[in-house]
Parts: sequence; C-alpha cells; structure tokens
Amino acid sequence: MATTDTGAHTAYGEGPAYGDSPAYGRLSIAQGMVRQADYWWTAYKRTWRGGVISSFVAPLFYVLAMGVLLGGFIDVDPARLEGATSYLAFIVPGLVATHAMTLAIGETTYPVMGGIKWHKTYYAQLATPLTARDIVNAHLMFVLARVASACAVFLLVLAPFGVFATWWGPVAAFFVVVLVGMAFATVVFGISTRLRDEAAFGLVFRLGVVPMSLFSGAFFPVANLGDVLSKVAQAVPLWHGVNLTRMLCLDTLDGPVALLNVTVLVAITVAGWLWAIQGLERRLSD
Amino acid sequence: MTDATAHDPGTAHALATGSMITARDLRKSFGTFEAVKGIDVDVRRGEVFGFLGPNGAGKSSTMRMIAAVSPVTSGELRILGMDPATDGPSIRARLGVCPQEDTLDNELNVVDNLFIYGRYFGIDRATCRERAAELLEFANLTDKAKAKVEDLSGGMKRRLTIARSLINRPELLLLDEPTTGLDPQARHVLWDQLFRLKQAGVTLVVTTHYMDEAEQLCDRLVVMDKGLIAAEGSPRELIAAHSTREVAELRFGVGEHEAIADKVADLGERVEVLPDRLLVYTDDGEHVLAQVHERGLTPVATLVRRSSLEDVFLRLTGRSLVD
Ligand SMILES: Nc1ncnc2c1ncn2[C@@H]1O[C@H](COP(=O)(O)OP(=O)(O)O)[C@@H](O)[C@H]1O
Ligand SMILES: [Mg+2]
Repeated sequence: MATTDTGAHTAYGEGPAYGDSPAYGRLSIAQGMVRQADYWWTAYKRTWRGGVISSFVAPLFYVLAMGVLLGGFIDVDPARLEGATSYLAFIVPGLVATHAMTLAIGETTYPVMGGIKWHKTYYAQLATPLTARDIVNAHLMFVLARVASACAVFLLVLAPFGVFATWWGPVAAFFVVVLVGMAFATVVFGISTRLRDEAAFGLVFRLGVVPMSLFSGAFFPVANLGDVLSKVAQAVPLWHGVNLTRMLCLDTLDGPVALLNVTVLVAITVAGWLWAIQGLERRLSD
Repeated sequence: MTDATAHDPGTAHALATGSMITARDLRKSFGTFEAVKGIDVDVRRGEVFGFLGPNGAGKSSTMRMIAAVSPVTSGELRILGMDPATDGPSIRARLGVCPQEDTLDNELNVVDNLFIYGRYFGIDRATCRERAAELLEFANLTDKAKAKVEDLSGGMKRRLTIARSLINRPELLLLDEPTTGLDPQARHVLWDQLFRLKQAGVTLVVTTHYMDEAEQLCDRLVVMDKGLIAAEGSPRELIAAHSTREVAELRFGVGEHEAIADKVADLGERVEVLPDRLLVYTDDGEHVLAQVHERGLTPVATLVRRSSLEDVFLRLTGRSLVD
C-alpha cells in the first residue's frame, strides 16, 4: 500500500507523505479498523477499571442475588422452566443475554453522542481518510470486544455450578450472546446518531431496555404471560437471543425455532449496521 | 482556469497546471437556507490564499466542502484534481485541516493526539512517533508532550491543532480562522509558523475576519460576503482597485458626523460616515487635513493612514468586517 510518492514536492521532511492510503477511493474495511486500533486501545486503557466492575462483577452479583438467593425461595416445577433443572439454570442464559444487551447499549449511547457532540472525536477522524463507515466499524469492534470478554468470563465462572447441560452448549451460546450484543449495538448506535441531546437516552432505557429485559423471558418463562402477551414477547428482539441462548445452555435445541432466532438477530444486526452508518454520515456531513 | 481544468479528474493534470483547488458555481444549502451562493475559486500551488469576510459569510461552509467532509450542494469542486464526492478519502489523505473549532481529543495527552491522528492516515507507529516529536518541536510544545489538552492555553491548542494537521505532511493546509480568540503575541507566533510552512512549499488556504491577518499572510484572497465573492486579488491589487492610497480619519463630537460629511465631501474621492468618525478617501491625507482646518472645522482627533482591506470591504459591502 505504500505510495511511491517521496514527499519531495511537499519539501518538508523525508519519506512517504500520506501513509498507506489508496490513490483513489476508500479504504478497505480491515484498513479502516486497523488504523483506529491504537485509538481504541488507548480508550480501553483509560476506562478498563470501571469496565471491570460493570462487565464482570455486577452480573455475578445478579446471579447470586436472583439465581441463588431468590431462586432459593422459588419452588417451581422444572416442567414449567423450559427444561431447566433449577431456577438458577433457567435464568443464567437470560442474564448473560441481557447483560450482552445492556453492555452494548451502554457503549453506544453516551460514547456515540460524545464522539459527535462533546469530544468531537468523530469530526477529527472524519477529517482523515477514514469515512463514517470506518468510524462505525471500529467503534462496533470495540463494543464487540467488550461484550465478548465480559460474556466469556460470565459463562466460564458459571460453568462449575452445573447450570449447563453440555460443554458445547455454552460455547455456542457465547457466539449467540455476542450476536445479541451486536444487534443492539448497531441499532442503538443508529438511534444515538439521530438524537440531538442526551435527555432522550432516558426514554431509550425506560421504554426500551427495562421492558425488554422484563418481557424477554429472561427472568420468567414467557408462557406465564398468557397466550396473547407471550406472542408479543416473542416479537421482542431480546427474546430471540434469550430463547436461543437458553436452548443451547439447556440442550433443548429446536431446529426451526433456532433458525428463526438466528435469522432475526442477524437481520437486525445487518440492518442496524447500515442504519448506523447512514445516521453518522448524515449527522457529520453538515 | 478553463472548463477543461474543472472536468479533469486526474491528479496529474492538477500537478501540471498547479491548480490545487478549483470551484465553479459552488453552492451549499442547509435546508432552505443557502450559505454559499455560487462561488468561483482557483487556488494555485504554493500560494497562501485567503477568504476574508465577516461572521456568517459562508467561509466555514466553503472550507468544509474543500476539506471533503461536507457534500457539495451544487456546482463543481476539484481538490488536487479529484472530486470530493467520489475520492474523499484520497483527498483527505493529502490535506491538513484546522477546523474553526478545535477537535482535539481532551481525553488524550498532547503527544497522543498527534500519534493517534497519524495512525488514522495509515502512517506506521515508528514514523508517527518520530513525526510527533518533530511537530511538537515545531509547535513549541515539546515540554507539554505529556500534558492534558485541557490544561493548554488557547494559543497552545491552536498550535497543537496545526501540528496535528501536519502529521501526514499535507500538500494543502486548510486553516479556518486560525488566530480567532488569541492574544496579539500568540497570533504573531502562529503567523510565523505559517510563514515557515509556506516557505516549505505547502499551499495554505486561510479564512479570517481580520483584515490585518489577511494582509500579512495572503498572496491572494477573495472578499466574501453573504455567500458570495465580492472581489478577488492580492491585498495590494484589491486596495488599488477599490480604495485610495490614503485615508484621512476625522473624529468630531458625537452626532456631528452626518452633518459635517457634506462639508468635506468634495475633499476626497469618497467619504464614509461611521458612528464615531468620518473617513475621507484620498491620495494625500495630509492635504485633506489642511483643507479641513482651512474650512474652520475642528475635529477632536485626526489620523492619516494607508488604505487597508477593511476599507475595501467597507467599499464593497457598505459594512465593517468586525461589528
Ligand atoms: N450546519 C448548519 N446548519 C444550518 N445553517 C448553517 C450550518 N452551518 C452554517 N450555517 C449558516 O450558514 C451561514 C454561513 O456560516 P459559516 O459558513 O459558518 O460562515 P463563516 O464561517 O463565514 O462565519 C451562517 O448563516 C450559518 O448560520
Ligand atoms: Mg466560520
């Protein structure tokens, strides 16, 4: 990729002038991300301490409080727990999937608005060969790394508690929860590029995240909601993630349903990705 | 300069003709509001080119189109022979940009701002570090390398922004109001750096609403007002074409200027009435003063000075540059 330009006509300094930019057109997707790796690594080094608490410690408290302590009070017939042998085994997949969603949303609300409004990082990046697409991709890769590492630790820590039916189930579930994270990261990124100020994030959390966590089947079987509401719950994107994660963890995989779950999550991710790029392009092109 | 220039997509052509920027009937609208209303611009290799105009003239809107970050609404624009609509990344790879509002990363320290920015251009890490050190030296910021951006003064931030914009050794440097908000000493430091860049062969495009800055820095400039170009030329050409050699400034009592203007109208080529003084445009200011006194008029204060771009702007638009 090195240009043959010696920088002679700029007459200041030696060596190629413009890095490894192509002569025409835009960078490859990989090039775009590699160029931002140092930025995101620096950002990570600055914030990892806070990240450890929210990514790893908080969800384990959740498991302890809800699964072990609350689960101790709940004496349900395992037949009504979608195949789980205990309440703990039932909610673990739901908690992991919900955690992936929460982390992804946290990384694509305030940080995205900051890049546009407060720190103006995106404006600085856009003045270089990077495009809105490259900026979105690198940011999403960072979110993916955050979600993947947090969920991997989550699943590993829970393995000794006998909540997984097979060894390969949670391995496959790991990829599903990462996909859940990306589905929400892309869509919420798109929303954040279209919001003028941060007050609207309150609505995203109150009308989106909280009801979605409650009615996604993470904490109780959606069958409990009755016929009509349980159909509605199945329209909630998070339900597809929770359901698929649970089927994998409990070894109760239903092929056609699993295919539907994956399709919905992939479709949301792809559509959200394109929508986020379009949103950032428009927002930054004033 | 001909239409052929504007249509040529290749850099080779731009290199041959020395045309760094060509704009024809360039326009920018925000909704129904037209901020740039059809301007023609040619910037040649190696020159310092200026956009002089008051706030709201459309200078920043034009600069963002040239920086290939803001889409052109209509008209033609070629930068380094390329079309920003299709070759934005390639254009930006060869530009340096200092936006009107700093976009430094407050969460990174000074040297990391340079290093990280260099990486966006695909410059390898070792070269980035090397250039960052050189540029800190150039910007007089070496002892601030590890400082937080927040702790820098306005002048230092501006110098850091310029240093950052040079990390890719651009051929064309865009500076939007580089010295706005800086104290006089900081402005002179900056001007000195810009001269050094010009000497190094970098083409500079500067916007400003300071006429002294335009006169100091620019080889050629356009006077911009309300989205249109009112005049074009070197500072000397503009003054010669639109003003007289000298200006006699007469200050009378408050409210008297309008009435006295009639009594001195015949003394110069033109008289402008400002709220606090009269400007008599003439080739011999001292002669005008003598005649004013002969007529029994007693201004509180007088001054004879050379015409400036401020006078050109007043002539062309009927308004002052800085209000
Ligand atoms: N993003 C925008 N949306 C709407 N109006 C804008 C936008 N940017 C600039 N304008 C308007 O366009 C006009 C020219 O602005 P600008 O190019 O910033 O002028 P200058 O840099 O000469 O002060 C102003 O009236 C400004 O309010
Ligand atoms: Mg401006």
